[in-house]
Amino acid sequence: MAMVQPRSTRYRVLVSHLGMLAFIAIILFPLLMVISISFRSGNFASGSLLPENPSLEHWYLALGIPYTDEAGVTTQPPFPVLLWLWNSIKVAVVSSVLILALSTTSAYAFARMRFAGKGFVLKSMLIFQMFPPVLSLVALYALFDQIGNHVSWLGLNTHGAVIVASLGGMALHIWTIKGYFDSIDRSLEEAAIVDGATTWQAFRYILLPLSVPILVVVFILAFIMTIMEYPMASVLLVDTDKLTLAVGAQQYLYEQNYLWGDFAAAAVLSGLPITVIFLYCQKWIVGGLTAGGVKG
Amino acid sequence: MIRVFLKWGALAALVAAALYLILALYVQHEFVFAMLFLVLTASAVAVFVSKRLYAHRYIFPAIAGMGLFVIFPLMYTVGIGFTNYSASNLLSFEQVNENLLSRTYQSEAVSYDYKAFEREGGYVFYLEGEHQALVTPPVDLADGETRAPVFPADAMPEGEPLAIRDIIQLRQSLSELKLVTDDNRELSQASLRSFAAIHPQFTRHDNGTLTNNQTGETYFPNHDTGFYVNAEGQKLVPGWTVNIGWDNYVKVVTDPSISGPFLQIFVWTLSFALATVLFTLALGLVLANLLQWDQIRGKGFYRTMLILPYAVPAFISILVFKGLFNQNFGEINLVLEGLFGVRPDWFSDPDLARTMILIVNTWLGYPYMMLLCMGLLQAIPRDLYEASAMDGAGPINNLFNITLPLIIKPLMPLLIASFAFNFNNFVLIALLTGGAPDIIGASTPAGTTDLLVSYTYRIAFQDSGQNFGLAAAIATAIFIVVGALSLINLKLSKIKV
Repeated sequence: MAMVQPRSTRYRVLVSHLGMLAFIAIILFPLLMVISISFRSGNFASGSLLPENPSLEHWYLALGIPYTDEAGVTTQPPFPVLLWLWNSIKVAVVSSVLILALSTTSAYAFARMRFAGKGFVLKSMLIFQMFPPVLSLVALYALFDQIGNHVSWLGLNTHGAVIVASLGGMALHIWTIKGYFDSIDRSLEEAAIVDGATTWQAFRYILLPLSVPILVVVFILAFIMTIMEYPMASVLLVDTDKLTLAVGAQQYLYEQNYLWGDFAAAAVLSGLPITVIFLYCQKWIVGGLTAGGVKG
Repeated sequence: MIRVFLKWGALAALVAAALYLILALYVQHEFVFAMLFLVLTASAVAVFVSKRLYAHRYIFPAIAGMGLFVIFPLMYTVGIGFTNYSASNLLSFEQVNENLLSRTYQSEAVSYDYKAFEREGGYVFYLEGEHQALVTPPVDLADGETRAPVFPADAMPEGEPLAIRDIIQLRQSLSELKLVTDDNRELSQASLRSFAAIHPQFTRHDNGTLTNNQTGETYFPNHDTGFYVNAEGQKLVPGWTVNIGWDNYVKVVTDPSISGPFLQIFVWTLSFALATVLFTLALGLVLANLLQWDQIRGKGFYRTMLILPYAVPAFISILVFKGLFNQNFGEINLVLEGLFGVRPDWFSDPDLARTMILIVNTWLGYPYMMLLCMGLLQAIPRDLYEASAMDGAGPINNLFNITLPLIIKPLMPLLIASFAFNFNNFVLIALLTGGAPDIIGASTPAGTTDLLVSYTYRIAFQDSGQNFGLAAAIATAIFIVVGALSLINLKLSKIKV
């Protein structure tokens, strides 16, 4: 690296390091604080970052185990956090699988086939993707109310409704997969078709095995997006034991029933796995995100 | 051969199920939904039967999903914006008639004093009127019986009647009990000591008017407002949903108790989205530059730490901030009090609440900008910086004269997308402040920190009035803004398809 360096470089490097470390300290303060609070006893206790007398009471409650303190008073878990987490994961896995299956097949058609209205459909998908579902919640509510009268597992207050509703957000994933398909040379598939393979076979046995990386990325993206979906689930789900984590978690912080410590433990417990998955996969996710989406 | 049969069989079964659903919706007068599923089924059949539409088979499920859950709700919402659909006008005209005609009232003219006697398997009621006395067979109130016949009686049943305090204990089931005479009149409890005849409250005439049998008043159906009204203009609730044209939009512009808050919220929404984009971009760009600088060591560590706010699920970090900013128990106020002796009122002072929202959203959003900028910075040729260093330019000069001009063009569509996303950042507001503190003097629930999206959500789902029509009208206005933004975006990013 042939470099022309101004003289003040050492000094500037030092300032940059210090500045970034200070910034990181401020940025991480809320996260560290929450971990610390989850080990404090009581819901209103204050204290330093390192709790003086750590207590596991909130963690017992978050894991659904009744907690008995030294005075012999037993507290029941306020909310079924693990059930909410399970609901979230269930909904997210099923809808990610569906999204992956459907968007892969459509992306294949958009990338490889010629048909009427292709450009128009692709463009309008991009436009409609930007309309937030919050705005049409009244309509979505009415829609699922109607469907539910005839197909009970797709009605209001079912996980089926939340899963199906999440299929509306497929355009982004179709674009991502299509971009990847475009980058793969099509001569292999053409050779297969010349040898007598059907279009479906060329897709299934040649293109799909080549695209595993992007499929993993889209699956993780869809998974994270569904886990974090709030507006639709908040309107479609009602019963406490049906809620997803995103909808249920806010119940800890109602003015009348302020369970700050319990919330902290539940937040760390449920947020940690998602954070770890995200950090682990960030290299691939970032590429997919910059393709045009914004985290919701 | 078998595959062909299977294929056609499955198709036929699906079509049959869909047709059943469509017919059921049609019978219930849900024409919009019947139409929706008809279109959906018809296009499915066309796509899967026609050889010419083979390519469309691959895209059909995805397109149908978007049509059903994005485009249809969008159009339906625009439609609702032109109606008075709300808690008081929720039903159709037929349902309102059904509801009103099923109402009853008690006439004091025919009233019976009663006594109850406990018997094996329930209670026997003895009713004594001016002209006749009636008696029931034993009625099992404990078992939830709510209808029983009454027959003419000659004498009071034997035994001691129930004392008034026992009757009071039974009042819940007694209030639901209906007694039917042999000429098919219904009696129900009028007071603790008497039963009275019940009559239908309204009679509907052939010309469409309703007569209140109790007061004799006549009500005319008004299809402009969706209510039955009498000569004095009194309305009967519930009303039905009617088309009211542009009234909701006119209300947003002219009614000061709506237009005032609307304008305030609109200005805040714009400034919020703009400020968020600027803050996150500034922070993200500076950090990306630092991370890109080859004199800095430990890049992997910094990078991971810096994107942590992005990796934590937003709904959790927003709630964490809600707790940390709490005025009385929040750790942020504890720190501030320790350092400066102040306890800002983050949730009840409008300016502080807005500041808090911007702080939280910058925290949530800068990693995304940082990642975008890092990608774009890599594309800038290094020798440009070499040359500028030869000329003695500092980092500030580099940033404004080389970096920014080169990345602003590819960044623009992403910035617009981020603006549109934050313009509609419902989750942040809903979880952090819920729109509080409220705007004083607004006739609909409106808060000083509400964005347009959370404002429409509150009008539709939180207000006691549940004014879906008004909410949909405002939503339509937002659709137009978002649509315009995404069209500009499409132009700018020059997407090739």
